[in-house]
Amino acid sequence: MGHFVTAGGCSNSAKSMITSEIPMASAPELKSRTTLLSVRKVAKQFGKNVVLKEISLEVAEGEFLTILGESGSGKTTLLRIIAGFEKASAGEVWMGEDRLDLQPPYRRRVNTVFQNYALFPHLTVEQNVAYGLRVAKRPESEIASRIAEALEKVKMSAHAKSKPSKISGGQQQRVALARALVNRPRLLLLDEPLSALDANLRRQMQVELKALQREVGISFIFVTHDQEEAMVMSDRIALLRSGELEQVATPREIYGRPATAYAAQFIGHTNLLKGDVKSGVVCCGDLTWTSDRPDGPVLFSLRPENIRLLSQTASLPTLVRVQGKVVAQAFHGATELIRVQCAGGLVLVVRAPASTSPLDEVLLAFSPIDAIPVTKSAERI
Amino acid sequence: MFSRAYKAAVTLPPVLWVVIFLVTPYALMFCYSFWSVSAAQTIVHSWNLANYGVLLHVDVYWQTLLRSMWIAARVTIFSLLLGYPLAYFLSFRAGGKKDLLYQLVIIPLWVSYLVRAYAWKTILGSDGVLNTLLQYAHVTKHPLEFLLYSPFAVVLTLTHIYTPFAFLPIYAALEHIPRSLVEASHDLGASPAQTFWKVILPLSIPGAIAGATFAFVLSLGDFLAPLLLGGPSGIMISNIVVSLFGAAYNWPLGAAISLCMLMLVVSLLFFSERLEKKWSFS
Repeated sequence: MGHFVTAGGCSNSAKSMITSEIPMASAPELKSRTTLLSVRKVAKQFGKNVVLKEISLEVAEGEFLTILGESGSGKTTLLRIIAGFEKASAGEVWMGEDRLDLQPPYRRRVNTVFQNYALFPHLTVEQNVAYGLRVAKRPESEIASRIAEALEKVKMSAHAKSKPSKISGGQQQRVALARALVNRPRLLLLDEPLSALDANLRRQMQVELKALQREVGISFIFVTHDQEEAMVMSDRIALLRSGELEQVATPREIYGRPATAYAAQFIGHTNLLKGDVKSGVVCCGDLTWTSDRPDGPVLFSLRPENIRLLSQTASLPTLVRVQGKVVAQAFHGATELIRVQCAGGLVLVVRAPASTSPLDEVLLAFSPIDAIPVTKSAERI
Repeated sequence: MFSRAYKAAVTLPPVLWVVIFLVTPYALMFCYSFWSVSAAQTIVHSWNLANYGVLLHVDVYWQTLLRSMWIAARVTIFSLLLGYPLAYFLSFRAGGKKDLLYQLVIIPLWVSYLVRAYAWKTILGSDGVLNTLLQYAHVTKHPLEFLLYSPFAVVLTLTHIYTPFAFLPIYAALEHIPRSLVEASHDLGASPAQTFWKVILPLSIPGAIAGATFAFVLSLGDFLAPLLLGGPSGIMISNIVVSLFGAAYNWPLGAAISLCMLMLVVSLLFFSERLEKKWSFS
């Protein structure tokens, strides 16, 4: 598999290197679980406005799946179709043996945590949590013990008799969660439940929510526009863009092996390198390296942390090297993002340990295996 | 900051308006209610409570007041029974036709009250549209007499006239219910009927109280509908006030009755506001 490159292939100041393409270690697989929910070719349009285009997606028992996308990507619409508040224009939604999309929302064993929590303002915390059980006409003794248990789980027992308007946003969030979980749904849908909280509380709730999901073992479909949140919490991420799935994979996979340019850019920072392959040699502007990709145009994603700053003397033959001038440095605590103007008009963003002094001329190097080929994302509609 | 002159120029007109058109008339009415009329038909400025005594001891006054309240109560109930479902339908079920239907509910308010009351006269009269139709269809042989010049006619007309007033606050309250609450209710397994009783109705109570208050207060003080359609048995308290200030020339007694009505209405408004507050949660 190893092969080498000679200087000169297609560009003048190319650095030579030898490399091998090792397949990325596949992220730890989920324990093989049975499929709980299956979305089959679901499409949705409002009038002439196409919101979802033939989405197919499966959720396993006990899985934490995040639907990630920008506003207008159709992620909330997809969630609302699963919950039953919206009718799909085409396609089917199945839960086990049941065709879910033909049932009204109140017959589906699915519960939702709404973005604004949607707690009933005229009922106390306790009555809110009891709502689903009372509607289902469970015996009062059972209701009492299940409410107590649910409120305990979200640490809201002390506020059982309060009205929703008297508790904070984070507390309302917990009550909304308890109100949904107390019904023991097979699937919990969460529509940007953390977006109204401030940053600190939000991070805390991310951890709590994930722990709670592990504990109760219910499948979660979590909708968010926050890629960091998606990475922290999910077993798998379904990246949605303009009504189409860009990639469905584990956070590690989607970060390490983005399928498309959009996926690479949306999840974390990346450098997109446009290049050409000609008889086993990749040319990206002034950079060249060998590859066994077929000939033709190619697009690479290169993460900033995979580019190293080299001292001038170092000689590492396996790396692609390029000289550049620092144009901007952004401090991020432990690391900093450095924008480097390289020869041939190429601009690379590099993540490096925070340095004490401002940088000027730098020598950059990266390993060709870190340049992940991605498909060009379709033009926006 | 604004100059003193500017502040005065802005404040004075409304204050004057209130003093001339509200404070002075009420003060005059208050004073009149303690005066009396002499045998020579002049108003004597001697302060006493005789008028209020008459109110309590002469049957016709308090009985008419009670009947007026009973008519107003029936109008309130019917307005709610008509207005609430209408508001619910418009708010939750009308979809794209919402605005058009809303306008259709509002348009009758632009038509003169008198025209609408007269319209009922032509419908309910013994040669009216309804009786003619019933006889033509051989439902009855003779025209139904109870239709016109009866409390029935008054209640019917007032219900027709004041239903939009009951409708409006209910509609506003229903429109203010976040649709996510309805979705949350369905999501938790409640059928549309359960959702109505457990979520929509409780949250629209303040609107219903406001609507009921409008219908009751407005119909309690009404005098045109009973005058045109009420006949002797459909007389309401305002008709008595009108005649006391007119032909009977007993302004003091008229003022006393008006003042009692005013107190009644004000305390009603006070309680309905308390109730609305008790039922509002946002």
